Amino acid sequence: MTPNNPHLEQLEAESIHILREAVAEAENPVMLYSIGKDSGVMLHLARRAFYPSLPPFPLLHVDTRWKFQEMYRFRDRMAAETGMPLLVYVNPEAIEKDINPFDHGSALHTTITKTEGLKKALDHYRFDVIFGGARRDEEKSRAKERIFSFRSATHEWNPKNQRPELWHLYNARKNPGESLRVFPLSNWTELDIWQYIRLHDIPVVPLYFSDIRPVVMRDEMIMMVDDDRCRLAPHETIEQRRVRFRTLGCYPLTGAVLSEARTIDDIILELVNTRHSERQGRKIDADSAASMEMKKREGYF
Amino acid sequence: MTHTPVVSAQDFLEQQNHLTLLRFITCGSVDDGKSTLIGRLLWDSRQLFDDQLASLSHDSRRYGTQGENIDFALLVDGLAAEREQGITIDVAYRYFSTPRRKFIVADTPGHEQYTRNMVTAASTAQVAILLVDSTQGLLTQTRRHAYLVALLGIRHVVLAINKMDCLGYAEAVYQRITDDFRHFAQTLKFHDITAIPLSALQGDNVTHPSTNTPWYSGPTLLEHLETVSLVSSPGEGLLYPVQWVNRPNSTFRGFSGTLERGKVRVGDVLRVTASGQTTTVHDIITMDGSRTEAIEGQAITLTLSSETDISRGDILTHAHHPIESTDQFEATLVWMGEEPGHAGRAYALKLATQWTTATLTGIKFRINVNTQAHEPAKELALNDIASCTLSCSRPLAFTSYDTSKSLGGFILVDRFSHATVAAGMIHHSLRRAQNVHRQLLTITRNDRERMNGHPGAVVWFTGLSGSGKSTLANGLEIELYAQGKRTYILDGDNIRQGLSKDLGFTEADRIENIRRIAEVAKLMCDAGLIVLTAFISPFRNERDMARELIGAHRFFEIYVSTNLETCEQRDPKGLYRKARSGKLPNMTGINSPYEAPLNPHLVIDSAQLSPDEAIANLLKCLDSPPQSH
Repeated sequence: MTPNNPHLEQLEAESIHILREAVAEAENPVMLYSIGKDSGVMLHLARRAFYPSLPPFPLLHVDTRWKFQEMYRFRDRMAAETGMPLLVYVNPEAIEKDINPFDHGSALHTTITKTEGLKKALDHYRFDVIFGGARRDEEKSRAKERIFSFRSATHEWNPKNQRPELWHLYNARKNPGESLRVFPLSNWTELDIWQYIRLHDIPVVPLYFSDIRPVVMRDEMIMMVDDDRCRLAPHETIEQRRVRFRTLGCYPLTGAVLSEARTIDDIILELVNTRHSERQGRKIDADSAASMEMKKREGYF
Repeated sequence: MTHTPVVSAQDFLEQQNHLTLLRFITCGSVDDGKSTLIGRLLWDSRQLFDDQLASLSHDSRRYGTQGENIDFALLVDGLAAEREQGITIDVAYRYFSTPRRKFIVADTPGHEQYTRNMVTAASTAQVAILLVDSTQGLLTQTRRHAYLVALLGIRHVVLAINKMDCLGYAEAVYQRITDDFRHFAQTLKFHDITAIPLSALQGDNVTHPSTNTPWYSGPTLLEHLETVSLVSSPGEGLLYPVQWVNRPNSTFRGFSGTLERGKVRVGDVLRVTASGQTTTVHDIITMDGSRTEAIEGQAITLTLSSETDISRGDILTHAHHPIESTDQFEATLVWMGEEPGHAGRAYALKLATQWTTATLTGIKFRINVNTQAHEPAKELALNDIASCTLSCSRPLAFTSYDTSKSLGGFILVDRFSHATVAAGMIHHSLRRAQNVHRQLLTITRNDRERMNGHPGAVVWFTGLSGSGKSTLANGLEIELYAQGKRTYILDGDNIRQGLSKDLGFTEADRIENIRRIAEVAKLMCDAGLIVLTAFISPFRNERDMARELIGAHRFFEIYVSTNLETCEQRDPKGLYRKARSGKLPNMTGINSPYEAPLNPHLVIDSAQLSPDEAIANLLKCLDSPPQSH
């Protein structure tokens, strides 16, 4: 750690404290690994927190089957590099009914593959403490959530009655079937994440960097054509444009941005000067007012 | 503040390397403009994005209270219920930075019913901005929040006198409110109070010095936040709570934790507070390699040069700078549970990485937060703040809250719902626990048990009145006596008429009654007897307290589950009849609850089993010792 970035050092120490505290009090912890930059930082922090031991929990990827191809390759590479067990779970109902964003729309696709998939995975493996890489600066209902966020036996979040959370004293106690979502990156911002990635040379999916990619320019978003399942409207054409992604998710639902940022420094510079928030490219957040809060109450991260 | 585009990542990163982090809260009365102020700070420091602004202006038209103008409150009121009701329920955290500092700001709710959320935010803040509506002056809630801010140990306060535009920016108003507040805050131990006249709505003195207040020469709010220097707490010396024992293989044994205070170097001699053992720091391990020293706030792993028995919950200090441990102390509690707190009740307690069971032994007084007067209290209701005494089942390493928030702050957790029901701040130990040594006795329980030929035990019958507890206890004692075992029955008659004759049947008195019975049963058990107790003992909490006091491996919980209908038909003492006719309050099963055991050692339904079958089951159950759970 460079001695002269007190801010990042403080954030790092806080996250490590949270990770250790949760693991010490958990019976069956797991880390949700969504392959994005935040997951990457969280995974790196976990390796630092428990070094020289391996982090004492598996990684869980709740797969929607619609992520970018590069994300799948990157996921498998990181699992191999860290030596941590990787569990991949797909909601069987999504396979059975072939749920996809084109036929079923973004809302239903997300509910079945992500929210329901996550809940089924947690029930299946009986995890009681679940690490997630969400940050409070991402969205206004996340800004309200505790670091140790209590979930009922049916995985629901009750935002009107959260446990008080004082100092750095976390209450991880719960009854059988109940669980805690734990967010070690709560106090990080998007810029902190990139500065930390730069400082520690943390690998990220190449999609974050600008490159010439096949895209369809739509009014609401720039969609990258990642495989042959992609459906276009009759008038649409595929163009080659220089784009990158600020967040990663299911490719038909994740908007690219036109960008020349090819290095981490370029990205940092772009972020410092941007006029748009990170989640702007996410179709699922815009589905309805307070949509993130609704999804979270139902059990989404 | 102007916003010039940054042209080089290098310049930006270089600047970032010198930024420190400040955490502050905004608090004060409802409608004093807390959320508006945060919105203004974010707006003026250019931390709002275009798409956020678009959705803000959309929301403002839909839910806002500012007509066609932007309602900044909607920026921080992130929950649907908050936007619909126009109130703040829980803390929102926002992040922004200037070229001089990074900030985490927590917007706190003003309503009294959400005090626990306000306290959550205040517990991690270094500075509090206390808003006052200049048209209203100091209100009850302003005083409440000032008191809570001081209680949680925030030493720097900004008195933000808001809505100055409504009164023509009158200096006299500013002066009067400042004087009122300084007078009120005399007892609150703030290090500094900075009063700033402003208008969050118009932007006066928020980030720009206002031309409307030529009489004010102090800093703008943002300038003050960027430059305020923080006092450190008066405590000193290393504090290292062990969080996790790091054992990747049989040759490595490290102790991971966060340095809560002080500095540690390789070669330092450390002391384990609980055991008094000393050991030397062999290495300070991080993923980047070994270090020779680590400082406050860092999360590290230590290896030690000798084999020392250390586990999670142990607190390490320098050997020459030890801290106290105690099992009884006095503290201020902020009650946060829906269910009231009673003296005599036991809770799980967490302090740093230590968990123990603590009994609330006394409520000295409740503090009227509005007047700071001390008032007598029988119980602790939601949002009460009280000075209390607590007693723990094992000694805790601690400091006073004044000298370390980490080793002086604790939470109480309900042992069934596991909800956090209180936050506590330790004043001092009630005795010099380290100087109290138990009288060592020559004849021990083991000796007495050997002479008796059987171990001591407590068979705890619980169930409704008339369920058959006394009958079963009596039958079991006859059998045990016949086997040559030493026994004694504690029941309502010999307790209520003697030891507990000063107690009635309110919830608090019932708790105290059971505590006394448990203490007596423990002594008799220690004397080597098999003690049979027959009390309704309706609350799980008290039965668990008895189990803990006596020791789980000697405590047999027998649930006599005979249903209410049968008990009521039997009605051996005529109590049900009285209760049904309204002459007997607090009758368990009728107008007072009974909480059935979750995991009893044996369940007996006297309506289903014959007395002989029941006794046979009991004898069999006594042969297998209880599992602790």
